[in-house]
Amino acid sequence: MTDDKDVLRDVWFGRIPTCFTLYQDEITEREAEPYYLLLPRVSYLTLVTDKVKKHFQKVMRQEDISEIWFEYEGTPLKWHYPIGLLFDLLASSSALPWNITVHFKSFPEKDLLHCPSKDAIEAHFMSCVKEADALKHKSQVINEMQKKDHKQLWMGLQNDRFDQFWAINRKLMEYPAEENGFRYIPFRIYQTTTERPFIQKLFRPVAADGQLHTLGDLLKEVCPSAIAPEDGEKKNQVMIHGIEPMLETPLQWLSEHLSYPDNFLHISIIPQPTD
Amino acid sequence: MNQRLFCLSSQWSWPVRGFRGHHGGGKSWSASSERGEGENPSGRKGNQVQATVLQPLRRAVAGVPAVTAPALVLISIPTAGVAPGLPPEEMERGAGASLPSRPADGTALASELVRGTRLAHLPSGFLSLATPESEQNSGLLPPPRHAVLTASQVWRNSPEEVKALGLCAPRRHLDTCLHLRPPALLLPPPVATGPPPPPHPPPRALPAAPSSPSVQRTQGWRAGAGRRRAGPEETTGWGPSSPRAAAAMPNSVLWAVDLFGKVYTLSTAGQYWELCRDSPLEFKRVSATTQCCWGIACDNQVYVFVCASDVPIRRREEAYENQRWNPVGGFCEKFLPSDRWQWSDVSGLQHRPLDGVALPSRHWEWESDWYVDENFGGEPTEKGGWTYAIDFPATYTRDKKWNSCVRRRRWIRYRRYKSRDTWAKIPSKEDPKQLPDPFNDLSVGGWEITDEPVGRLSVWAVSLQGKVWYREDVSHPNPEGSSWSLVDTPGEAVQISCGPHDLLWVTLWEGQALVREGINRNSPKGSSWSIVEPPASENGIVHVSVGVGVVWAITKDRKVWFRRGVNSHNPCGTSWIEMVGDMMMVNVGLNDQVWGIGCEDRAVYFRQGVTQSELSGKTWKAIVASRESDRSHSGSSSSLLRGHGSAPLVPSAGCFFGDEVRGSGESCAPSDTDASLEADRPGPDQPVPAESVDGPRNPRDSLASGTGRTPELAVEVAGPATQTPGPEPRPGAASTPAELPWTNIDLKEPKRAPSHSAVSFPETTGLSSLGLLPLGLEEPYGADDHPLWAWVSGGGCAVEAHAVLKWFTVQSGLSPPVQTLSLSIMPAQTAAWRKQIFQQLTERTKRELEHFRHYEQAVEQSVWVKTGALQWWCDWKPHKWVDVRVALEQFTGLDGARDSILFIYYVVHEEKKYIHVFLNEVTVLVPVLNETKHSFALYTSERTRQRWPVHLAAATEQDMNDWLALLNLSCCESRRVHGRPSPQAIWSITCKGDIFVSEPSPDLEASEHMLPCDQMFWRQMGGHLRVVEANGRGVVWGIGYDHTAWVYTGGYGGGCFQGLASSTSNIYTQSDVKCVYIYENQRWNPVTGYSSRGLPTDRYMWSDASGLHECTKAGTKPPSLQWTWVSDWSVDFSVPGGTDQEGWQYASDFPASYHGYKTMKDFVRRRCWARKCKLVTSGPWLEVAPIALGDVSIIPESPSTDRSGHSIALWAVSDKGDVLCRLGVSELNPAGSSWLHVGTDQPFTSVSIGACHQVWAVARDGSAFYRGSVSPAQPAGDCWYHIPSPPKQRLKQVSVGQTSVYALDENESTTVPAQPSRAILRLRWSPAWRAESWLRPRLFSSWVGRSPSKCGDSRLCLHGQTPKWVPTLWALLSPGNLWYRQGVTPSYPQGSSWEHVSNNVCRVSVGPLDQVWIIANKVPGSHSLSRGTVCHRTGVQPRQPKGQGWDYGIGGGWDHITVRANATRALRSRSQETATGWSGEPGLPSTPSRVAGAPHEARGPVCC
Repeated sequence: MTDDKDVLRDVWFGRIPTCFTLYQDEITEREAEPYYLLLPRVSYLTLVTDKVKKHFQKVMRQEDISEIWFEYEGTPLKWHYPIGLLFDLLASSSALPWNITVHFKSFPEKDLLHCPSKDAIEAHFMSCVKEADALKHKSQVINEMQKKDHKQLWMGLQNDRFDQFWAINRKLMEYPAEENGFRYIPFRIYQTTTERPFIQKLFRPVAADGQLHTLGDLLKEVCPSAIAPEDGEKKNQVMIHGIEPMLETPLQWLSEHLSYPDNFLHISIIPQPTD
Repeated sequence: MNQRLFCLSSQWSWPVRGFRGHHGGGKSWSASSERGEGENPSGRKGNQVQATVLQPLRRAVAGVPAVTAPALVLISIPTAGVAPGLPPEEMERGAGASLPSRPADGTALASELVRGTRLAHLPSGFLSLATPESEQNSGLLPPPRHAVLTASQVWRNSPEEVKALGLCAPRRHLDTCLHLRPPALLLPPPVATGPPPPPHPPPRALPAAPSSPSVQRTQGWRAGAGRRRAGPEETTGWGPSSPRAAAAMPNSVLWAVDLFGKVYTLSTAGQYWELCRDSPLEFKRVSATTQCCWGIACDNQVYVFVCASDVPIRRREEAYENQRWNPVGGFCEKFLPSDRWQWSDVSGLQHRPLDGVALPSRHWEWESDWYVDENFGGEPTEKGGWTYAIDFPATYTRDKKWNSCVRRRRWIRYRRYKSRDTWAKIPSKEDPKQLPDPFNDLSVGGWEITDEPVGRLSVWAVSLQGKVWYREDVSHPNPEGSSWSLVDTPGEAVQISCGPHDLLWVTLWEGQALVREGINRNSPKGSSWSIVEPPASENGIVHVSVGVGVVWAITKDRKVWFRRGVNSHNPCGTSWIEMVGDMMMVNVGLNDQVWGIGCEDRAVYFRQGVTQSELSGKTWKAIVASRESDRSHSGSSSSLLRGHGSAPLVPSAGCFFGDEVRGSGESCAPSDTDASLEADRPGPDQPVPAESVDGPRNPRDSLASGTGRTPELAVEVAGPATQTPGPEPRPGAASTPAELPWTNIDLKEPKRAPSHSAVSFPETTGLSSLGLLPLGLEEPYGADDHPLWAWVSGGGCAVEAHAVLKWFTVQSGLSPPVQTLSLSIMPAQTAAWRKQIFQQLTERTKRELEHFRHYEQAVEQSVWVKTGALQWWCDWKPHKWVDVRVALEQFTGLDGARDSILFIYYVVHEEKKYIHVFLNEVTVLVPVLNETKHSFALYTSERTRQRWPVHLAAATEQDMNDWLALLNLSCCESRRVHGRPSPQAIWSITCKGDIFVSEPSPDLEASEHMLPCDQMFWRQMGGHLRVVEANGRGVVWGIGYDHTAWVYTGGYGGGCFQGLASSTSNIYTQSDVKCVYIYENQRWNPVTGYSSRGLPTDRYMWSDASGLHECTKAGTKPPSLQWTWVSDWSVDFSVPGGTDQEGWQYASDFPASYHGYKTMKDFVRRRCWARKCKLVTSGPWLEVAPIALGDVSIIPESPSTDRSGHSIALWAVSDKGDVLCRLGVSELNPAGSSWLHVGTDQPFTSVSIGACHQVWAVARDGSAFYRGSVSPAQPAGDCWYHIPSPPKQRLKQVSVGQTSVYALDENESTTVPAQPSRAILRLRWSPAWRAESWLRPRLFSSWVGRSPSKCGDSRLCLHGQTPKWVPTLWALLSPGNLWYRQGVTPSYPQGSSWEHVSNNVCRVSVGPLDQVWIIANKVPGSHSLSRGTVCHRTGVQPRQPKGQGWDYGIGGGWDHITVRANATRALRSRSQETATGWSGEPGLPSTPSRVAGAPHEARGPVCC
C-alpha cells in the first residue's frame, strides 16, 4: 500500500530537467555552452542557479555582468514563484528539457523583483510560510516556533534536505483533532490567460455541513471559469506539481500533501493542450 | 364515593387489591386507543384524551373484586378537601383537576393535599401522594388515595412544597399502590399534525400471551401495546437480538433509556445512539457493565442483557458415581449403610442423580449429554475413569490397589447460557411469598472487588417498599445469579448505586443517604450502614451515584453535589460540594467519568475533564449525538414538543394537570407515548385529516422510528388489510369517543374541550399555561430533534481522558452511522483521487526524470548536523551518567544513499574525547524509559555481543523522542528500510512491551554461512504488546499486558515516532494496563503478635517480592514515565499459594514457601498489594474485541504453498483458558470475523498451529494436547488427543513449525539458588545499579528466579511488575526446558516422545522452515544483562531438526519473538556474497566495528 508520506517525498524530490541557454544578445568572450541542470520543483530559481550563473559568467566579461534573470519564451520568470509552478504554468505542455534563457542585461523591472541575495529569497519564503500559517492556524504554530526552527525550514529548503525540512514543517501541517482541517486553506490559483497574478481568497477546508471541501468546490467558488461545464469539453488543466488531481480530491488533503514548502497550494490553470 | 382512579398504562401486572370503586362500569379497562386526527385538525387537541381514560376507569372500578389490572396508575383524591359542595361526579372532576395544579396557586385543594400527604417515590422518578384520609378510610376504601405525578413535575412546581409533602409516614399501603409506567411514558404526546408515518414493513410476529393466567388483559386503551408487549418469556421470536449493540460493546458503550423506555447505546467510537433492537420491552432503569447490562423493564421484572461473545458461558455440572467392592460381584452398587449415595456430589453428602440435575433457567441449554471424565490430575486414566480409594472419603488414586475397596468416577456435562445479546428475564425460582416486591431501582457494580475483571458482580436493587435486595452469586459464568436476599436498612430506600469497587450508597426516603460499610472481597454485601446527611436539610438527596472513589448526588432541588473525600477507607466522604447544573440524575461510569441528564432539556450530559487528579471534572457538555434512526427519516427531524433553543419539554405538572383541569369533564389521563401513539394515529373510522399531511413535521416520526414502532403505525395506517400479527381486534375504538392527546399546545386552547370546566379553576389554568410552561410553546414544531432521556448508565463506558469523542458535534448526514474501525482496506485509501495522485506522481517522475538522470543536480547534497546535549551512561567504572554533547552528521553519498555518524563528545580528566557510531551499523535503538530517566539504548552488533549498549538519556520526553525518531530515521535511511514491514518480518517484544520488527535476510536461515543474528537490524513499531504472532501473509496479531487482542493494521510508526517516521493512516490509540505489586511483610513476636517490626536482618517491611528493595505504598512509582496510576493500592488475593481472608501468606521465615493459612511454625507473613497503572500510546494496532487472549498462534505458511485467497487459520487461548479458532482471517481482513469456540475440559494456556494444520495446545495442568482433524474445511478439528508431558514437568508453551514440534516446560528444578548471600547482594546491588532500575529486573532474575509455581518472585523479578490476573503470563516468562517432539509423522502427528533440547529457555518460536528461535534466559559467557536474549538455533536441517547450537542475537530484555512469518529460504548462489548484508539489499557491506571508546575490560560491572 502506498502511503501518503510517499507523496511528500515525491513532491519534494520532483525535478525538472532544464537547459539554460545564454540570451543571444548577451556579449560573450567565447561561445556559451548550454547548461543542463535538474531543478528542484519546490525551490526557487535564484536559489538553485548558482552553478548556472558561474557557468555563464565564465564566458562573459566582468563589466557585462549584472543581475541575472531568466526568461522562457519571452516571459520573464518570476524567481519568487516556485520553480514547479513556473514550469507548470508556462511550459508544462512543451518538450523537456525546459529551455530557459539566461539574461544578464536589461532587467525587466516591471515584471520581476530584484533578488540581490539569498536573504531576499529567505525573506520571501518565510513571509509566505507565515502567511500560510496565519491562514491555517492564526499564526499560532509559526509563532510558537523558535528562530532556529524557522532557520531549519529555510535550510532544509536551501540544502534540499527533506528530513530536515519536514521535521519542522510537519508541525505546520497539524491541526486540532476536534477540527477537520485548517482554518483556511492557503492556496493561490494562477492563470496565464489573465492579467491578474493569482487568485487568493479565504476558503475553508470543511463546509458548514461538515463535508470536506474538494478541489472542485474551491474552483467552483473562486475560479468557476476553470472548470468545464457538466457536458462541455474540458478546456483547462488544473495542475499542481505537474499532476492533475481529480476535482474530488479533498482540499485539506491537498493542502497537507501537495503544498509547496512555502505551505501554499499553488494551482495552475492552463489551457488544455490541443493535441 | 369520592375516589378517583386513573388508569395510565397497561404495563403493570401487579395485583390490585381491594379495588372497589363506586362508579358503575364494565369490567375491563377499556379505554380507546383509537382516535381520529381529524377530530382536531389543528393538532391542538388533547383534552379529550383524558375522558377516554377516566370513563373506562370509572367503569372498571366498580365491581371488580380483585382486578389484576395489568398496569395502572392510580390517582385517588379526597373529595372533601377539594370541592365540598359538588356532586360526586363533579367533585371527582374537580379533584382530579385540581390535584396537580402547581402548588403555588394556593388553592385549598393544593394545600389540603399537600399537607400531611405522603410522598412516595415510584419508579423512575414518579411520586405518589397519599393523604392521611386515605389511611383513615382504609376500612372503607382500602386503596389509599394516591396521586401520582412525575417527580420532575413536583420538583418543578415547587421544591418547597414537595419537601413539605412529608417523606415521613411509613408506607403501609404500598402494596395497594399501583405501579406506574416510567415517566418516560408520561411524556405528553406529541402534536400530531404531521403526515402519517411512512410505510414500513410489518413488524415481526410476536406471540402474544398474557404474562399470567390471572392477569386480565388490558384492552382498548393499550390494545396495540398489549399485543406487542407479550412477556419476554413468550417472545421466542425475539430473533437474533441486537448485533449492533454487541458489535459496539468492545468500543465500550454508554447505555441510556429515553423517555419512552427504549434502551439505546452510544459507542465511544460512534456518534449515534443505537437502539437496542428486537426488544419489545420498555425499560425504566438500566445499569451497565462492560459485559452485561441489568435493567428493570416496565413489567417490573428484572432483565439482564449479556453481551454476545464468541466464547460461550458454559458451566460444568458434575456428578460422581460411587461404587464399593464386594467379594461377590466386585465393584457394584451395593453399599454399606453408612455409605454415600451411588450418585452424589464430590463430597458424597448430596444425592445427585444424573437425571436430577436440571438447568437453572430457561436461558441455559445443555451442550452435550453426560460423559465420564477420564482425566485425573492431568493424566489420562484407563478403565472408564474410575479412581480408587480405601474408603469414602479418602484420597483417590488412578490405579487400583489391593486395598481399593471403593471407587468412583466423575461424570461431566456442560450447560451453556444461551440468552446472550438479548434481554433475559431473571427467573424467580423462589417461593412467591419470599419474592421481593417490584423493584424501583437497580445498580450493578462490584466487579473490581475481586481480581477478575469481568467476574463477580454485585447486583443491588431497591424495591418499591423501600427494601434493599442483593442478588447472590452473580458472575460471568452465572450471569443470572441465584437468588435475591434482603439486606436490612435502617430506613426506606428509594434508590441505590453500587460502584465498581466497594462503594455502595443508597438514597433514603427521608432524603439522607445510606452508606454501606465493610464491603470487601469476603463480604460483598458489606456489614453495616452509616448515614450521610444531605447537603442541606431542606433539600434531601433524591439520587446518588458512586464510582470507584467518587459520589455524586442530586438533591430535591435538582442541584448536583459532589462528595469530597470519598474512598475505600472513608466511604462516607467528608463534605458536599455543590456543582453547576441542574440534573435529573447522574451516573458515574468507568474511570469515575460522570454522565447526567439535564433537568431542563433531558439531554445526556457528559462531565468533561474528569481525571484521577480532578475527579469532579470541569464542565458539563451535552451529548448531541442523534439517534441512528433519526437519520433515516430525513424529513421528520421534528421536535418533541420542544421549542427552539433550549426550551424544556419536560412534562410539567402544570402542563399535565392544568390540562386535566380543563379536560376532566370527560376523562383525564396523563398519556404515555405509546398511548399517544396509538391514540394519535387515525382510527379505522377516522380518515387522516388533510391538514395533518400538510403539517410541517410529524414529531411522531422520530419517536416512532426511534422506538421501532413505525412499522406498526404504518400497518395501522394502511388499514386492516395488512394485519398486525397480534390476533386481537382493536377494541375500544368504537366504544369510546376518540380522544386527542393533550399536549402543551392544548393549554393554549383550553376551550376546545366541549365539556370543559376550566371556569372552576381559573387560576389553575392561568397559572398552568402562563406560569409553568413559558418556554418553547410558541414553537411547537422546532426543528430540534433532540432525544429525551430518562436514564443513563456509564458502567460499561470507558472514556479515556484524552479520547476524542464524536458525541458533541452534530455529524453530517453522510457520515457512516457507526464509525467502526475496519481493518480491511480503508475506503479513503482506495479513493480514486488518491490512486490517481499516486499514479500521476509516478508518471511525472518518470516523464521528467527518466531521460535526464545524467543531468547535474542543482543543489549539491551536503552534510547536515544536529547537535544537542544528552547524558551518557559511561562505558567504564564507575558507571554513571555523564553529560555529553552529541552530534549527528548526516551526509549523502554520490549514489544518493545517506549515512550518518553519531558522535558523543565527553570530557574525561579535563580531556575532550569522543566515541562515534556509524548509524548503518546500529542494529537496534531501544527506548529505556524508567521511573526517572528518558533514555534509550543503542546497539551495534558488537555491542550486542558485549551486551553493553550505548545508553543515552535526554532531559525531557520530547527531547528523547526527537532524538530517537531522528536516529531511527537515519538508521532506516542508511539501511533503506521504509514503510511497513514485509510479510515475512520477524517480530519481537521487549520486557517493556516495546515492539520491534526485523526484515529477514535470505541468509538468516541459510544452511551454511548463516547470517549471525546479532547483525539483524531491528526497528521499532509503535504500540505496546506482550505477545506478537505473525504469518507470512502479513497477518500480525498481538496481545497486550491486559490481554487485549490487537491486530496489525499495516501502518508503521506511532508511539514516539511521529511525522515522517510514521504512516499517516492506520495508526490508532492503544492502551495497556498492568499491575504493580509490592509486599507488606510482618514478623511475629510474642508481645504484639504479627507486627511490622522485623528483625534487623529482615527484609524491608514494605518491599518488592524479593524483599531487597523497600517499596512503600507512597514511594512506589509506576514502572516508567509512560505509566500512570489508575487505581489505588489493594490487597491481592490471587497470589500463588493462596492467602487468608486478609490476604496474608504465612511462612516460617523470609523467604520461604508461603501458604495461605497460619500454622504454629509460621513466624513471618506477607501480603501482596497491587496497584493498576496504565499506559497510553499509539501504533499500527487495532483492538480485536471483545475477548481477552492469553495466547495466539497463526498458521505459518511455507513459501511453496500458494494459499492466497484462503482464509488463514488462527488459534488462540482466551485469558480464561478457552480455546478459540478465528474464522475469516485473510490478508484483506486480518482481524477475521468471528471466534469459534473449541470445547475443552480444562483451561488451556498455550496453543500453536503448524503449517499443516497441526494444532497443539498446552493445558493449565501442564499436559499437551493434539487436536485431531483440523483442516481448512474443518477449522476447529474434531477432538483432543492427550499428550503426556515430559516426566515430572509441566509444559507451558508449544510451538509447531512445518513439521517440528517444540515445547517449553515450567522447569520445577531451576538451578538458580533461592537467595544469594548478602555479600553477593551488596556487590551486585551497588547504588549505581539501584539508579539503573531498568536493569533491575533482569539482574535479579538471574539469581532470585525460583520455581514459578512456588512463589511469585521470579515473575516479579522478570518483569518488575506483571499483571497477575492472568495466570498464564508469568509461567511463560520464567525459564524452562525446551523439548523437541520426536517421531511426529503425517500418519502419527502426535509423535512418540519428548527429547530435551536445552534449558534456560523462556519462549520458543518455530517457523515455517522449522527454524527454531528462542528467548533465552541467560546466555552463557556473557553478562547477566543477557537475560532475555534472542537466540537462533543453528544447524537445523531436515535430518537434524533439533539443530546443534545457539547463535545469540539481540538482548537482554527481550521477552518474545516470532519467526513464524519468515519462510525466506536462502538462495544458494548468493549466500556467500551477501552474508553480511542483512536486509537483502546488496551494497551495504557491514563494516567492521569501529566503535571507539572505552576499553573492553573496563566494561560491564556484572561479574558472572
